[in-house]
Amino acid sequence: MIRLVGILVGLGFTFVVMLAFVFGAYTAATEGLGEETAESEFHLDPREVHFASDGAFGHWDHQQLQRGYQVYKEVCSACHSMQQVAFRNLAELGYSEGEVKAEAASWQVPGIDPNTGEANLRPGTATDRFPSPYPNSVAAAAANNNAVPPDLSLMAKARHHGPQYIYSLLTGYRDPNTFGVNGESLKAEFPEFTTPAGLHFNPYFPNLNIAMAPPLAAAGQVTYADGTDPTIDQMAQDVAAFLTWTAEPTLIKRKQTGWPVLGFLIFATILAWFAKKQIWAPVKPGNRKDKADRVLEDAGIISSDARAET
Amino acid sequence: MSFPWARVYEPKLPLMRYLDEKLPLPRFVYNAVGAGYPVPRNLNYFWNFGVLAGFALVLQIVTGVVLAMHYAANASVAFNSVEHIMRDVNWGWALRYAHANGASFFFVVIYLHIFRGLFYSSYKAPREMIWLIGVVIFLLLMATAFMGYVLPWGQMSFWGAQVITGLFSAIPLVGEPLQVWLLGGFAPDNAALNRFFSLHYLLPFVIVGCVILHIWALHIPGSSNPTGVEVKSESDTVPFHPYYTAKDGFGLGVFLIIYCVITFFQPNALGHPDNYIPANPLSTPAHIVPEWYFWPFYAILRAFTADFILPAKLWGVLAMFSAILCWFFLPWLDKSPVRSGHYRPLFRKFFLFGLLPAMALLFYCGGAPAEEPFVMLSQLATAYYFLHFLVILPIVSSIERPEPLPYSITEAVLGEDKQAVLGENARPPL
Repeated sequence: MIRLVGILVGLGFTFVVMLAFVFGAYTAATEGLGEETAESEFHLDPREVHFASDGAFGHWDHQQLQRGYQVYKEVCSACHSMQQVAFRNLAELGYSEGEVKAEAASWQVPGIDPNTGEANLRPGTATDRFPSPYPNSVAAAAANNNAVPPDLSLMAKARHHGPQYIYSLLTGYRDPNTFGVNGESLKAEFPEFTTPAGLHFNPYFPNLNIAMAPPLAAAGQVTYADGTDPTIDQMAQDVAAFLTWTAEPTLIKRKQTGWPVLGFLIFATILAWFAKKQIWAPVKPGNRKDKADRVLEDAGIISSDARAET
Repeated sequence: MSFPWARVYEPKLPLMRYLDEKLPLPRFVYNAVGAGYPVPRNLNYFWNFGVLAGFALVLQIVTGVVLAMHYAANASVAFNSVEHIMRDVNWGWALRYAHANGASFFFVVIYLHIFRGLFYSSYKAPREMIWLIGVVIFLLLMATAFMGYVLPWGQMSFWGAQVITGLFSAIPLVGEPLQVWLLGGFAPDNAALNRFFSLHYLLPFVIVGCVILHIWALHIPGSSNPTGVEVKSESDTVPFHPYYTAKDGFGLGVFLIIYCVITFFQPNALGHPDNYIPANPLSTPAHIVPEWYFWPFYAILRAFTADFILPAKLWGVLAMFSAILCWFFLPWLDKSPVRSGHYRPLFRKFFLFGLLPAMALLFYCGGAPAEEPFVMLSQLATAYYFLHFLVILPIVSSIERPEPLPYSITEAVLGEDKQAVLGENARPPL
């Protein structure tokens, strides 16, 4: 009875899903598999770029992180907040305690006037987090053509291939009229594709038009203290490296912890393998015969000839 | 219950004798996972995954309890409290990655454990009850994992909660009020987050209870084995300890190595980047996908795209739940007197070349966007899935002619030489 009901239920589900399949196949046969869009044809995957923190043996490049922080401070922070990071965390980039305090004090954070109780701005302290440039998201949207600039703290983890994506996006602004992939021009394939006023064409952005104006417009936009040449490519790499750190300050500690843990586990597992082998040896067929015979042989109960015969 | 030749616990220390009289807990453990539990001697490595699942459960509870000390289940601070754990709590990053990836690895071992049960037909009499409790554990595990994924209150948390609770709205008449009741509102918000946290903390202990029942039920007939031939004599078994504790120790080591490689070097590979974006009810992600371990069932849900008497969405929901609920009936759908897939040629072909590819396809399509050709592929795989369990299995088990079974486990292990290793006919030990 159960089997009869089971067969009927199974055939029922199969029938309905195959019905859906037939409809889908008919649509696919008459209209093709999905329509090609400018987004599906001309969106680019992030470009390859490498950082010191990559790989299982990665480490922080403090010089680069400090440069990246400078780019964030002088360029990105005009629109983007970074609320998960506190000024005290900058000590991890190689700044001394005094430098961290001075750095914090150079930022204005929301505070309360101790005399009047009214909201005001005060210099930051090491325990404050990076402030948002806007009082709230409505103000942020109003100032940016209705697009709220996202918080950058976790950006490197909140996108596929985050650091590569950030680097590609910052260096990826193109002219849509001349843009093409593999010899196919965007304008020729999709003449109706436009970049609305206030948006900017960038093939690394999922829908190709991004509200953010090119933030790194010209080489030399920041002046690096360590003398590195501030090309657009260099600044984009540096800020991508910096945002890798803000997204996961414990990244390197994590990888460095992983190795001794793995070393111990591999050692323990090898020991466990031999322990298992030894414990099982007497009851394993091949081993058992051999070893049991050897015991009997040693005891003089059977001769080695008899053993060879078996 | 156990086999008559099971070793009997004999406390040696006076303290243990005292304890054995007042509360025989050591005896209980000895009989459950010690030398007092005789186990077939021919288990292969697929029999490791039960112990590994138990280990994963403990790992999740231990890391989870500590995480709960630092997490705040409130929609306005939940996301930031998770980042607080990642940045400011001592070893918080390790705990959270261990817990998040622990969930994934829990499902890896559970899926392999279920695969073992399906291939070797471990669900057959006299072990139906073990299987039924196991399916209940799997359902509880899915509920727990789903609610856990909501807690970080990222974009995928929010929209996952929206989609999954939205499934209930497909139920006729009571659907919409039911969804509102489940969420405590019209959309996932603080009320939903709070109750999900409460249940996410509760359900693992319900699972622990079910696991105890699962093991209790297992100890009545004893473990199955790869030949599917029941234990006949003492030479067919070895004591769980030290033989299988040693083997499980090695298996645990391999499991931990793979788990730690992911946890320490690719901890976000199994998650979705969108969950590092705070939940935003006004912005829908381009592709809402659940965690990878739900993909096969998500693919089945989305495979039903045509209205036929019932709306397509309701078909999808019915099919998704039926895909798991049909496992409850396997002991009675599969009539073959032979358990092991090794001796069932026709069953084996359908299993290896039908069910496994279909499952692989469902996994793949469930994670892919809801576009062609993925929808059509998942429709074919879904059709096979239901045919396999509900149609092919009952028919094949009636018509197939199994291959000859070994007389006993000992014969299967030792081949022609039927010399026993343990028991009164044994050769001299080493």
